[in-house]
Parts: sequence; C-alpha cells; structure tokens
Amino acid sequence: MTTYRTIIGLEVHVQLLTKTKLFCGCSTTFGLPPNSATCPVCCGLPGTLPVMSRRAFQLALQAAVALNCSIASFTKWDRKNYYYPDLPKNYQISQYDLPFSSEGSLEIETSAGTRRIGIIRAHLEEDAGKMLHDEYAAASDSLVDLNRTGTPLLEIVSKPEIETPEEAKAYIEELRLLLRELGVSDCEMQEGSLRCDANINLHVPLRGIRFQSCDEPGAITRLESYATNAAFIATPIIEVKNLNTIRGVERALKYEAERQAKELQDNLDAGVWHIDGSRTSVFRDYQVSPITRRKSDGTLGPVSKATAGWDERTGRTEIQRRKEEASDYRYLPEPDLLPVTVDEATLQRVRAQLGELPAAQRVRLQAQYALTANDAGVLSRQGRAFVAYFEAVVKPCGDAKEACNWTLNDLLSTLNERKLDISACPLPPENLGELIREIKATGLNKQRAREVYGRMLDGLTAKEAIDKLGFKVVADEGQLLDLVRRAIAANPKAVADFKKGKVKAADAIKGFVMRETKGMAKTEVVQELLMRELQNTPG
Amino acid sequence: MTDLTATELLQKQAAGDLTAASITSAFLNRIRQYDPALRAFLHVEEAAALQHAEAIDAKRKAGQPLGKLAGLPIAVKDVLCTKGRRTTAGSKILQNFVPPYDAHVITRLKDADAILIGKTNMDEFAMGSSTENSAYQVTHNPWALDRTPGGSSGGSAAAVAASQTSLAIGTDTGGSIRQPAAFCGIVGMKPSYGRVSRFGLIAYGSSLDQIGPLAHDLRDAALLLEVIAGHDPRDSTCVNMPVPEYTKMLDQPIKPLTIGVPVEFLPSPSGSGAGGEGAGLDPEIETAIRAALNVYESLGATIKPISLPHSPYAIAVYYLVATAEASSNLARYDGVHFGQRAEKFAGLIDMVKKSRGAGFGTEVKRRIMLGTYALSSGYIDAYYLKALKVRRLIRQDFDRAFAECDVVIGPTAPTPAFKIGEKTADPLAMYLSDIYTISANLAGIPGISIPCGFTKAGLPIGLQILGAPFTEEKLLRVARMHERETDWHKRRPPLE
Ligand SMILES: [Zn+2]
Repeated sequence: MTTYRTIIGLEVHVQLLTKTKLFCGCSTTFGLPPNSATCPVCCGLPGTLPVMSRRAFQLALQAAVALNCSIASFTKWDRKNYYYPDLPKNYQISQYDLPFSSEGSLEIETSAGTRRIGIIRAHLEEDAGKMLHDEYAAASDSLVDLNRTGTPLLEIVSKPEIETPEEAKAYIEELRLLLRELGVSDCEMQEGSLRCDANINLHVPLRGIRFQSCDEPGAITRLESYATNAAFIATPIIEVKNLNTIRGVERALKYEAERQAKELQDNLDAGVWHIDGSRTSVFRDYQVSPITRRKSDGTLGPVSKATAGWDERTGRTEIQRRKEEASDYRYLPEPDLLPVTVDEATLQRVRAQLGELPAAQRVRLQAQYALTANDAGVLSRQGRAFVAYFEAVVKPCGDAKEACNWTLNDLLSTLNERKLDISACPLPPENLGELIREIKATGLNKQRAREVYGRMLDGLTAKEAIDKLGFKVVADEGQLLDLVRRAIAANPKAVADFKKGKVKAADAIKGFVMRETKGMAKTEVVQELLMRELQNTPG
Repeated sequence: MTDLTATELLQKQAAGDLTAASITSAFLNRIRQYDPALRAFLHVEEAAALQHAEAIDAKRKAGQPLGKLAGLPIAVKDVLCTKGRRTTAGSKILQNFVPPYDAHVITRLKDADAILIGKTNMDEFAMGSSTENSAYQVTHNPWALDRTPGGSSGGSAAAVAASQTSLAIGTDTGGSIRQPAAFCGIVGMKPSYGRVSRFGLIAYGSSLDQIGPLAHDLRDAALLLEVIAGHDPRDSTCVNMPVPEYTKMLDQPIKPLTIGVPVEFLPSPSGSGAGGEGAGLDPEIETAIRAALNVYESLGATIKPISLPHSPYAIAVYYLVATAEASSNLARYDGVHFGQRAEKFAGLIDMVKKSRGAGFGTEVKRRIMLGTYALSSGYIDAYYLKALKVRRLIRQDFDRAFAECDVVIGPTAPTPAFKIGEKTADPLAMYLSDIYTISANLAGIPGISIPCGFTKAGLPIGLQILGAPFTEEKLLRVARMHERETDWHKRRPPLE
C-alpha cells in the first residue's frame, strides 16, 4: 500500500477539580479506602435524588468556553440506561441531545505548524465506580468500589480531524495544558483524572491498489475505472480503549494504523471483491467511496466499528467486540434534575475570568519577544506562572532570547532537581534578569556566569555573587594591551605559526591572556588587541 | 374517640381531655381489632408509637413548644423511606430494605411531633389502582370488605376510612391518592408537582409522583399539607415558594367562583354530545356530581361547560411516560447493590435476571417492559417522544381552562369501588379506573377528591376538583364550600 490517510478522533474524559461529587456532597479525593466516600445519593439508594453541583457546571463552562465551544442557553440532563455492577442506579446521568456545549476547537502545535482540531461537543456526566476483581479470593466474587461513582466528568469529543499519532499526542498535551492552566482538572492519567479513547481508521486511495481477483464479471475493470483521485477505501473504525499514558496513545495509534493497513493489504492480496458491499466477504467491513454509497445524500455510509484494548506491555491492540449492533442506551430526560440555563451575563463573566490561554500566549510571546515558535511553545507548556516569571526576567535585561535560554535551561533544571514549582523558585526573576544584564555588560563567559547563578540560588544578587566570587572582568584596554604584548613575547612559536597562516595558533596566545586574568578578560577586547598586535609584530 | 378528626383530637389534647398516649393506644387498638380483616398496614409501630406518644405528653406537661401535629398518630404509605425501619414499596425485592435516612416528609412529620403509627399497604411500587398488586397482602375496603380500597395508596385510604388513624400520607402518580380517597369516602389531595419534596420517596414515575394528605375532612387535609409542603434543597424539582397557612383561610369561600366542567369528564346535561370518555361514567356517580354542582350553583358559582380536548389521550400518554421513567427508576433493583439477590445463579447476567424475575410482581414487570419498549431505539420517536408532545398539549388544555375558570370539577373515578379480583385479569380495564385523575399528574396541577355521596349499595363517591399549579389554597377553599353544605365527610363505615 502506498499512502493512506489516518483519521483519528479522540474522546477525552477529564475529572473536574471539584471538592465534591457532581450530584452529592461526597469527597472526590483520590485513593480513599474503598466505599468510604459514598452516601445514599451516589450509591443510588431508593428514594434519593441528585442535586447538581454548581461548581462542577462552572468549571465545565470555563473549559468549554476556552475550547471555543458555543454554549447552549438551555441544557438538560439525560439518563443513559445500561446494566453494569459499577453503576448502582444502572443508569448514568449524562447529557444526550442537548449538551451544554458544542462546535469548538483546539489549536495544537505540530512539526508542520499550527493546526486547529475541531471539537464536536463537550458535556458533563457522572463517573461510574470501579470493579475490583480479587483474583486471590477463594470465591469468584467481584467487589465494587463506589468512591468514584458520581465524580464529575467532562467528556470532550474531537472531530475526526487528527491525522497522525503525533498530532493525537499534541492534542492531549495541549488539552491537558489548557485544563490545568484553568484549574478545571489536574489531568493525571495515572490517577484516571484524564482518560482517553481513540477512534481510528484509514482512508486508502483506490488509485494504486492492486485488485487481485473478483467473481463478478467486469468488476475489476469497473473498480479500476472508479479509481479516481477522490476514491478511497475506508477501513473499519476501531475504538481503542485503556489508554493510560500519552505515550500509550501515540504508540497504540501508530500500531493500530499499521495493523489496519496490513490487514487491508492482506485482504486485498487474498480477497474476493464485491463491489456492492452487500455480499458477505472479507470486505464486508470496508466501505468504498464513492462506490458503496449507502446514504441518500451520496456520502459514505456508516463504517463498521469495533472496540479494541491497548496492551501497554505487549504493545498491541486486541480487538474486543464488534459494534455492529450499537448498544441501545434508551436515553430519557432526567426527571429528577432541572434543565440548566446559561445567560449572556454568566458567559461574559466566565470569559473575563479565563485569562490568557496557551494558544494566544504563544502568538503573543512570538510577537512581543521575537521568540521562535518552538521557544514560545516550550515556554507556554510550562504554564502561566512560568511565563510570567520569564517576562519578569526580560524586564530588567531586555534580552528575551537570553531570558528564554536561562529560564528554560538553567532555571528549569534547578526546579526539576529540587522538585520545586515555579511559585517556590528560590531565585527572584529580577535577579536572573540582572545576571543577564551583567553578562552583557561585562562579557562574563558562560562557565563563570553559571557559577554566579549557582551562588544566586542561595539568595545573592548577581552583583553580590560576582563580588563574592571575585569575578572582575578585565576590560581595561591598557591593562589588556600589556598582557597581549607579554603573551606575544612569551609565545614566539605560536606567533610564527600564525604568520605562516595558521589562524588557530592565535588561540594559544589568547589562552595565555585568559590564564593570566583567570578567565576574566573581556574576550572581544582581547581578540581585537591581539589581532592588531600580531599585525604589528614582524614575522 | 377514633372517629374524631385530627383537628378535634388536637383540641382535646390542648384542653387536657386526651393525651397523646391515650389517642395512640386507641388507634393501635382499632388497628388490632380491624386490620386482620382490612389489612391496611404492612408494619405497625406499636411500641415505638406509644413511646413517642409518651414523650410528646411529657413535652406538653413540661410546657415545651409543640409541633402542629403534636401527639397525632399518622400512617404512611410504605413507599416513603423511614430511617432504620423497613420500607418495602409493597415489593418482594425490597423485602429487607432498611433505609439509613428519613424521607423529607417523614422529617417534616417528626418535626411537627406527629407519631408514626405504621406503614400502609400499597400496590407494588405504586403501580396499580386497587392495592391488589401488593406483594404482601390485599387490602379491603372498609365500606364493603369484598371490594378494593382503590390504589395505589389503598392502605392509607382504608386506614383513615376505618379510623385506624386520623391522618395518612399517600402518593399520587396517576390518581393514587384521589381514587382511593373516593373509593373510601375520605378527602385525598395531590398537590402541584414540586409542592412537596420527593426526597425519600421510592420513585415510580419521577416526573409525575407527588406526596399528599389523606384525611376525614378538609381542615385535616389542609393541616397536613401545611406541614409537609415546602422547599427542600435535596429535591431539585421542589419549588422554593412560600407555603400558605392553608387552615387559616379555609372557611373563606371563593367569590365569584367559576367552575369549569369538562364535557370529556361529564356529559352535557342535555344528554346530547356526551363526551367520549364521560360515556363510561356510572350513572349514580353522574347524579352525585350533578348534585354537587347544584350545591355550588346555590352558593352563587357559575358553572361553565369546557373542553379538555386532549384528555382522551391522557391514559395512553401516562402509560408511556410513567412506564418509561419506571423502567429506568427500577433498574437499580438488580440484586447487586439493592434488592433481594437470587440464591442460585450462574454469572452476573443470570443473577440480575433471576433476582429481578423473583423480586418483581406481574404488573411491575409489565410496566418495566412497556417502558423499556417505549424508549428503545426505533420506537422512542413513535412512543415516548410523541407522548411527551401530547403531554404538553394536555398541560395547555388546562392552561386554557384556568384562564377562564377558577377550578375544574368532575368525578374522581368512573365507578365506585370495584370488587376484589374483578379487574385483575384485565389490566386495561384497571387502567381506565384512573381516567379522570391521570391528566392532573401529566399537567403537574393540584387535585383533590372529596366525598360527595353514596351509591344505593352504600359505596362512597368522590368529587374531583382540579386547580392551576400552586393554587392549593383556592382548591381547598372551593372544596370546603361544598363540605360546609353537606355531611358526607362525617359518615364512617359500619365496621362492627
Ligand atoms: Zn455521595
């Protein structure tokens, strides 16, 4: 198979950072003893009723506005009915046909530049509990922990506009950054506060496909005649579940795309081809556009679906069940909750509170500080507080490039080593800015500057640290000229070599000057004086 | 003493003529005496009730402030959760359910110093019109022991009628307070949807269920409603509106008063153009209703024939909406978290199947299946969603009616109490028993049934008065106008 388009859509569930559950007052704290964070409401005891958490709705609203979604002025709750032991009511309170938000987008940075991924909808729902299968128990009983039951979840469904596993990774990272910055969710995949299901299939151009055999007379010819540029085969959509890390998402999608491509090729190589798609064959799962038009508007009919689980250990997806008969959730409007209305004033308040979002921030950083897209992206990824620190560094020194280098390299590794958040940074940003200014003024070299930086972490200003270290940059021309002359006199061989055209030989003479000044000679001045004196020295 | 009204019993306690303990003992005796034949109670709180009564008496003696229902025994339909006390909803599947909390209404009653004397029988999960669908026992009508007390709050209605209690709480999803009140010759009121908190009420049709009072007369009903109505933040559908003191204005007649009489409920007196549904009306009931209307006319009311054009669809709509909600509400009884778990099973699905199969009765299963079907993909548009649309039209019929009438009056039920076993084989005939009451639940409006006569055979007849949302006070006052002119409410069944 030559080339194909990968079509990926992501369904992300994030747990909202509320203290209490969506419909009761129980705690949402992670890791409490099983069933300790429960009450009659979240256990679904007969006679109990849900009461919506305003806070959860508020957070969800912030997220949706930040995702450029249009917010419904009227939204309602629905019951999604299905039987599962981790769902005590045997229905989940969710949103079906009138989600509170829809039609948004998220801008991501990829190696190919900025891309805008569409968002179909974001809605609120309650989480289910957790099954605990005790393999050591003598009985075959399973246990249920209902601590998570009723935790507020925001489900964000992207459009199938993600084209590579790398983009999928970038999408989740960007979403995580955005939601963390807003304080909507901590997005910890390990703790389950960000969960991701990925839908993936391939569109393989008909042109270039070899059709092996066909039991229908003339079919191959017809197929080949259909093989215009626009025609393609769509592989079945696989919904990959159990993606617990961002790396896992990327790996699973890469694996699944390759698997689907190989499966199609194998089927093509082995296969008997039925154009109308109505007869059972190895191709019944594939849709061919524009041949198998099933819908009256001429668009591609529904592609068959299946779910698969990702096994992090083996690095493979395992197909679990076909989704030919879609589950019937018998949605009905939740009669125990009132619909929610959102007015323009509320929306304006939410918008005003959002602050600068990462995508806008990246654009501003590039424009205001002439940073590269990459630098702006890396800075932005560290969060708002870090960006604010960076900007406070630029202020006293006026050198954004250097401020960027120092914060992203030295400062970030200090924070990482000491496991500190930027808010607990031992070095005030003005001090780092002053250091950069000193470096520019004095020509302090990088190695010395790092030593100064090290002292500054103990609370010294740049000047104090330089004094303490005794770093006095020698920039006085008279003093340096004297040193240069002595160096020339002491290195006749190097001078001779230089005169023979070995430009490198000058370094040895320069080294003499640096040694004499303990590395504190201002390099530019030394260079200039040395060249002048060498010219004047007879060969 | 047990024949007295709640208000009279309160007065006698205040005057020092009776104690809570003596009242409670008297009612407990009465239960002991007649319940073996009536079977109105599922559980009787002998010891706890007496103990509570003595505590109230002590409180009174000490001059401490007392609640509005101080020292009054009250019976509660076994669908309202009582903390630490078995609550079955009339179902085998909740045989051993002991709620860890009180329903909001129970809390209100306790705060008013009422004494919970027992939990009453009901159709399983309130699904039925005769109390024959109880998994535990069949309740008999105190006026004729071979007849049903109506349902689903048949236990509560029978208990009041038989003076086993002076007050009772029922619930009404399609007529379950009003129809048994009519069958048992007492007052029964379904308040507006949202007037009384549903917290702790084991749900049947959540958008229709309301809790209301059953009593001998309007003053008692008004008093009980006053206690249980009002805002509760635990029920999002419960409105935050002040509760009038219903007893205060009760004796003030409404003047001028325009009464709408739907042709669909009562054929026009000329005999021509008899409303389709009115045609099934028992002639003795029709006569009694006309007599009641005459009472109002004699008091200066204007009687206005009106039409509720969509009411013929009410039963169909109800059996889609209520069952759809029920199919979801009752999903939790699966033997996993709640409900009697089957003893032998092979795997999870089998366990759920067997537990539900053994735990639910026939009518409950029928309604779960109906509701599941109505919500299933491929059918939801034609059934459930269509029903929701018609439900809105039914509400609009009433909006139009109340724009020109103060209240709407008609019969509560098309027939007097029917015989036990008479309709059990024919669910559709049973469903028609709620034909006049169901629209009020669909529209969310308040309705009341008051005694307005007896058949020649001595069976009580109920008059239904419906009002605009949250006009309970007006409804009670209009009802009281009739009650002052008649003495049907003073009759007691000849149990001896
Ligand atoms: Zn809870």
